Amino acid sequence: MGAGMTLFRRRLLETGKELSFEAARQALESANLSAKDVRSVVMGTAPEAFDGVHMKGEYLLDGAGGANKPYTRVYVGGGTGVFVPIAAWWHVASGLFDTCLAVSEEKMSPVHPHPQYAFNGIFDYALERPLGVNLVWIFALEMRRYMHKYGITEEEIAQVAVKNKANALDHPCAQLGARITVDDVMKSEPMVWPVKRLDISPPSDGAAAVVLASEEAAKKITKDPVWIDGVGWSIDSTYWTDRELAYPQYLESAAKMAYRMAGIRNARKEVDVVEAYDPFDYKELHHLEGLQLARKGEAARLTTQGVTQRNGEMPVNPSGGLLGVGNPIAAAGTMKVCEIFWQLRGEAGRRQVKRDARTGVAQAWGDLMQFSSVLVARSG
Amino acid sequence: MEMESKEHTGVEMTSEDFRAGKYFVFPYSARFRYSWDTGEAVSRFLAELKNGKIIARKCKSCGRTLIPPRMFCERDFVPTDEWVYVKDTGTVKTYSISYLAADASRLREPIVVAVVDIDGASDGMGMLHILKGVSKDQIRIGMRVKAVWKPKAKRRGAITDIDHFEPLRRGEVR
Repeated sequence: MGAGMTLFRRRLLETGKELSFEAARQALESANLSAKDVRSVVMGTAPEAFDGVHMKGEYLLDGAGGANKPYTRVYVGGGTGVFVPIAAWWHVASGLFDTCLAVSEEKMSPVHPHPQYAFNGIFDYALERPLGVNLVWIFALEMRRYMHKYGITEEEIAQVAVKNKANALDHPCAQLGARITVDDVMKSEPMVWPVKRLDISPPSDGAAAVVLASEEAAKKITKDPVWIDGVGWSIDSTYWTDRELAYPQYLESAAKMAYRMAGIRNARKEVDVVEAYDPFDYKELHHLEGLQLARKGEAARLTTQGVTQRNGEMPVNPSGGLLGVGNPIAAAGTMKVCEIFWQLRGEAGRRQVKRDARTGVAQAWGDLMQFSSVLVARSG
Repeated sequence: MEMESKEHTGVEMTSEDFRAGKYFVFPYSARFRYSWDTGEAVSRFLAELKNGKIIARKCKSCGRTLIPPRMFCERDFVPTDEWVYVKDTGTVKTYSISYLAADASRLREPIVVAVVDIDGASDGMGMLHILKGVSKDQIRIGMRVKAVWKPKAKRRGAITDIDHFEPLRRGEVR
């Protein structure tokens, strides 16, 4: 029914509650609804270590408009942002509530010396932490394995960063919109090779929200709804050193669940616009393959051919993605759902994709490289 | 109705203003201390590392030899059946070169980190560790490596009892 988001920045003055309020208010206003129309609220926010605030669901409650309402916080790591609207969907689809407000917030700036350190706690305390593990290690290990298995080069992967940061120049909330070249990415400082500074999304503060309504209630709210036609999620084993990292099998499961629900048989032909999770440039390629939108190892070629450009045959991350708009973890995933909403309503302004967009997919990914959430939406 | 930039609220604090103390901030630091027990499977695994050996658990239901060892098989959802020693050699499944410490500060010298598939464990079952004795240009996926153990007196039942992995010499077998 509606969508809203705050600016994404490295450091915002607003507290998490204030950011949640601003995103929720915008989403409600865009649907011409007020808080009294909201029957239930789902909140998403990622690790508590960023804020040093425990029970973040309760901490953010008042800003998310959840006080004195059925209210739940859901959490699936980086996959949270797309999972929040999925949880909101089952609130409504179950028949329990006519409406549900989905709000995601992240404020990564309070923690020092760096938010990466706050992730140390995700690693096994006996087998991994004693090795001095940094968060980026696991993504570099996955990226390297992906490159090896399918013969993908760093330059091919860098094209994603170039595309997404350029797309973000047209996003009013973007933190890192920029015109850069593959060469800039290649020459940027190595962090954990093959991951370089420009391959990676930034830490950010921000919030995003969407409003959902039942079919019956929607008729009274708008003439121009966007329908959630499919949802899916799946998680692989936490024993990540035992997995084949080159292909996200769990995402294939999640995508197939969502496509089955939405009646999609050939995703590559039927999906018009995609917001695939891109905290790193290689992840967009990895995820397009898991989403069955490219064959294994072929997403780089689609990128080179321009298929995934905003004016291409299958635009991917027209928003600018996490690489361009920013990565306040939970809010970043919900930003993708906002973008699909705007694209399908034809409200994306300068970011509007060229082709007539009727079916969109938003996807997020998280935990120990093991979880994905997928949402399929269609214009009314 | 297009989304207008003025709709999207948020007040950016620049690093300069933030550092210059333009905003009220409240520093806070919590120092918790934890003592984790390592459970049945990993306790035995660590005890064996102290002996200079790597041990796995076998699930007879799926036939897998599991590293890291666990008392249950997450696929079959049954208890695993027996302890089996595996080798301290393996194959590099993937690697990366880290310029970052755990807290995101820059390391003076980069280190090579790798997932090593352990010989004797089921195909594709490995562990995370540090790789030394190989230059950035020589390292490759599929490289055969061996554990380099700390001297016995310095082992304390930790993953770091293996100091690092390094390449097997041509023709070397353990």
